[in-house]
Amino acid sequence: MPRPGFVLDVDRSTPPILFWRGENFSLEKLPAGRSRVIYPPEPLPAIDDIDGAIRAALLNPVDHDPLPSLLFPGMRLTIAFDDVSLPLPKMRRPDIRQRIIEAVLDLAADAGVDDVHIIAALALHRRMTEAELRHAVGDRVYDAFAPRGLLYQHDAEDPENLAFLGTTPHGEEVEINKRAAESDLLVYVNINLVAMDGGWKSTATGLASYRSLRHHHNPDTMHKSRSFMDQHRSELHKSNWRMGKVLLDSGVKVFQVETTLNTDTFPKPFDFLSKREWEWTAKDRMTFLGTTKALGRTPARMARNIFHSIEAPHQMTSVQAGEVEAVHRITTEHVYAQQLVEVKGQTDILTMGIPYISPYNVHSILNPILVQVMAMGYYFNMYRGMPLVREGGVIILTHPCRPEFNPVHHPSYIDFFEQVLADTTDPHVMSQKWETKYAEDDWYRHLYRTGYAYHGVHPFYMWYWGTHGMKHCSRVIVVGGDPKTVRRLGFVPASTMDDALEIASDVVGRSPTITHLHTPPLMVADVV
Amino acid sequence: MRALRVQRRPAKFAVARVASAFGAGGAARIGPIDLVDVDPPALPGPGWQRVRPRLVGICGSDLSLVEGRASSYFEDWISFPFVPGHEIVGDTDDGRRVVIEPVLGHEARGFAPPFPGAAPGDGDDYAHLVDGPLQPGIQTGFCCSTGGGWSDEFVAHESQLHTIPDSLSDERAVLVEPAAGGIHAALMTWPKVRAATAAGTVPVVAVLGAGTMGLCAIAGLRRHVPGVRIVVGARYPHQQTLARALGADVVVSPDELSRAVRRESGGHLVGDHLSAGAHATIDAIGTAESISDAIRFTRPRGRVVLMGMPARVSVDLTGLWHRETELVGCYTYGTETMPDGSRRRTFELAIELAATDSLDRLLSATYRLDDWTDALAHAGAAGRRGAVKIAFDLRPHEREKN
Repeated sequence: MPRPGFVLDVDRSTPPILFWRGENFSLEKLPAGRSRVIYPPEPLPAIDDIDGAIRAALLNPVDHDPLPSLLFPGMRLTIAFDDVSLPLPKMRRPDIRQRIIEAVLDLAADAGVDDVHIIAALALHRRMTEAELRHAVGDRVYDAFAPRGLLYQHDAEDPENLAFLGTTPHGEEVEINKRAAESDLLVYVNINLVAMDGGWKSTATGLASYRSLRHHHNPDTMHKSRSFMDQHRSELHKSNWRMGKVLLDSGVKVFQVETTLNTDTFPKPFDFLSKREWEWTAKDRMTFLGTTKALGRTPARMARNIFHSIEAPHQMTSVQAGEVEAVHRITTEHVYAQQLVEVKGQTDILTMGIPYISPYNVHSILNPILVQVMAMGYYFNMYRGMPLVREGGVIILTHPCRPEFNPVHHPSYIDFFEQVLADTTDPHVMSQKWETKYAEDDWYRHLYRTGYAYHGVHPFYMWYWGTHGMKHCSRVIVVGGDPKTVRRLGFVPASTMDDALEIASDVVGRSPTITHLHTPPLMVADVV
Repeated sequence: MRALRVQRRPAKFAVARVASAFGAGGAARIGPIDLVDVDPPALPGPGWQRVRPRLVGICGSDLSLVEGRASSYFEDWISFPFVPGHEIVGDTDDGRRVVIEPVLGHEARGFAPPFPGAAPGDGDDYAHLVDGPLQPGIQTGFCCSTGGGWSDEFVAHESQLHTIPDSLSDERAVLVEPAAGGIHAALMTWPKVRAATAAGTVPVVAVLGAGTMGLCAIAGLRRHVPGVRIVVGARYPHQQTLARALGADVVVSPDELSRAVRRESGGHLVGDHLSAGAHATIDAIGTAESISDAIRFTRPRGRVVLMGMPARVSVDLTGLWHRETELVGCYTYGTETMPDGSRRRTFELAIELAATDSLDRLLSATYRLDDWTDALAHAGAAGRRGAVKIAFDLRPHEREKN
């Protein structure tokens, strides 16, 4: 029986706590008597018969007719699936998207459906490589569809293949992939890694255009999302749900398939990363020491390759299909069952170790802007109720924060770092002054459409993601980061955790409460 | 009189070239330059004046000669021994305070000017530079007949003298000559800027380098080239601050310049190359790397203004060929055609610029002539040491100290 999440009060006997630092880790001693560490719940058991569960979900959907009854000869069927940003790390083959897509295709074949398109719903993310597509959908599906142009990637900048469906009562324009909109049925295949994923966000974001996305990917919406992991208090989700209604009203027929994963994140020999430090065995300690020493001597590029080659052992804990909102309610319960940890009260200082990966740098570099989004956009938002850190509190994160960018994946990030952040770190100011220029830049558009680049506007979205966190906290301190880069982000550099705590004392006094978010694996703090 | 004199000593030039790799100070001490007592130069003839320098700047071209880095091209165009120094404000024997337009032009050498009212630098035949009553020399500071500014006195022709008003301090006046160079470079971009403006686009001019010449070019662009977006690659923080103060719109470190130019001018980045780029680029550095960069940053059929003095360089010119880029040299000044079509002498424009407070922060430090090794070392490392222009101070109160 897996143990639930746990809040450890640090005392003098507590061993040093593991902090991620990009492609490495460190052990940090937190002050006794006023520090606590939040550990995620242990992984829930996976479903034994995954293929059977998928088939059952398709045949017995929630608030929807069974999938076979929706399939008929001559129909236009479109299957959309979550892109390379999910799951993290990538899962061992076969990916659950492959299992679901194959199950849907089997039913479609049985019904005589022969007009099938499969679309990677990547919104403004970079296009997936062939290897990544093969990993997600499997070789059999890839080889059957991709050579004939029937497996492809959503292009949010292709006006010929976008359909404008209407406007929400709030004036939000809804424009999504034309093939998906005009199909007789859209089957959306989702992986719900965190509570933020899924629901109408799958279709209204994953298959949308910039014209549509800008209505909820902006500083105002992000600031009013408290948090992204709590759908009912997230303006981001409310906007997506309003757009979902426009989709329905305009006749788009969606059959949503959502899945949840357990948090079995790291395979051996990295499984010690998921353990609680006082339970480390002698072997774990040796592995930690050996790994950190070796990584310390390894060039960053090679270390990155090592980590990105990790395939997580996480497996499916639930699958449900049918009507979007009904499905998502169940999905969210499963996510919370895996990730929720009850935490009493807020803290003066929230500490976090930023790992090598985010949804936006798979097989790539966690550049400084993505470090920001991981800290202020994701980890800060890993709460329900109220933020873990009190208003006016301090966030201390650990990461090398080198000024390194992948020019293929993140070309506009480089300019954003050099130009926009040199001008302002205020999300509202930059959205007014700079966003359009980047969103409409012909070169970025070209690279997004033909290469493997994130859309030109994407670094803005990453920055907006942290709007609430940045306004909520009075200071963000980066331990071990490149000082010049850290300052460019508007944060404060510190050499050690002790230095960071000293710097933080200017704001929170000399005996602040400290809470460490011991993640990954993922968790959501239910702050009461 | 005292003079810092450069002799033709090939071995010393070679040693200085090696030593310069370890710092300008070393090159000065063991190079072909020495502080010596010599007779003042004789007046070559009527129309010549003796000039007693007040402040004299140390220019990059001076340093390159002292350090043995200059091209052998100059061997036929200069004469040894010479006294460097051409950024000069001084006093004439007849009581005028003047700045020197250093080119030894037609009139100084007894020839008719190429057109009435021509400046010393005008004309398209340089035969006069090695003819007439003077030894060869492209300008004061490189001619053994005239002497140069790094001394207690030298001679200059009336055609080189610009009387300056009392309101213009010596500290501003010593910057007139580099300011003229900057203005000349700025105005050389005008044809491309004009064409871009006529085509309805915002003209972009990139400036590589923000030492004295780069900064003066920025000042010249902002003052005399209307409607231009100025994008500057400046290595040191103080240079970046000054570039902004002088009117640059975008100032970045050199490694960010390529992207900064693209952001301003549009187009794509294809590998290391811009598909479009700046309408004109001023290279105020003059190295192989800067010339290559300037070609990369300039749009097809744009113009590279080579302002920094190069020597022998190895540059891949395929891009220049493919993009049909104009690579134009920018040595000095003369008579300019202004954007409104009027004709002005560059030095007049430079005196006007120096009369403003624009260039005040460019003169960083002055040295006595006796401290010449320290002065040259400082000038050679100006950027790194947070300085811009280093000058010798030969004013009477400084002479008394000597």
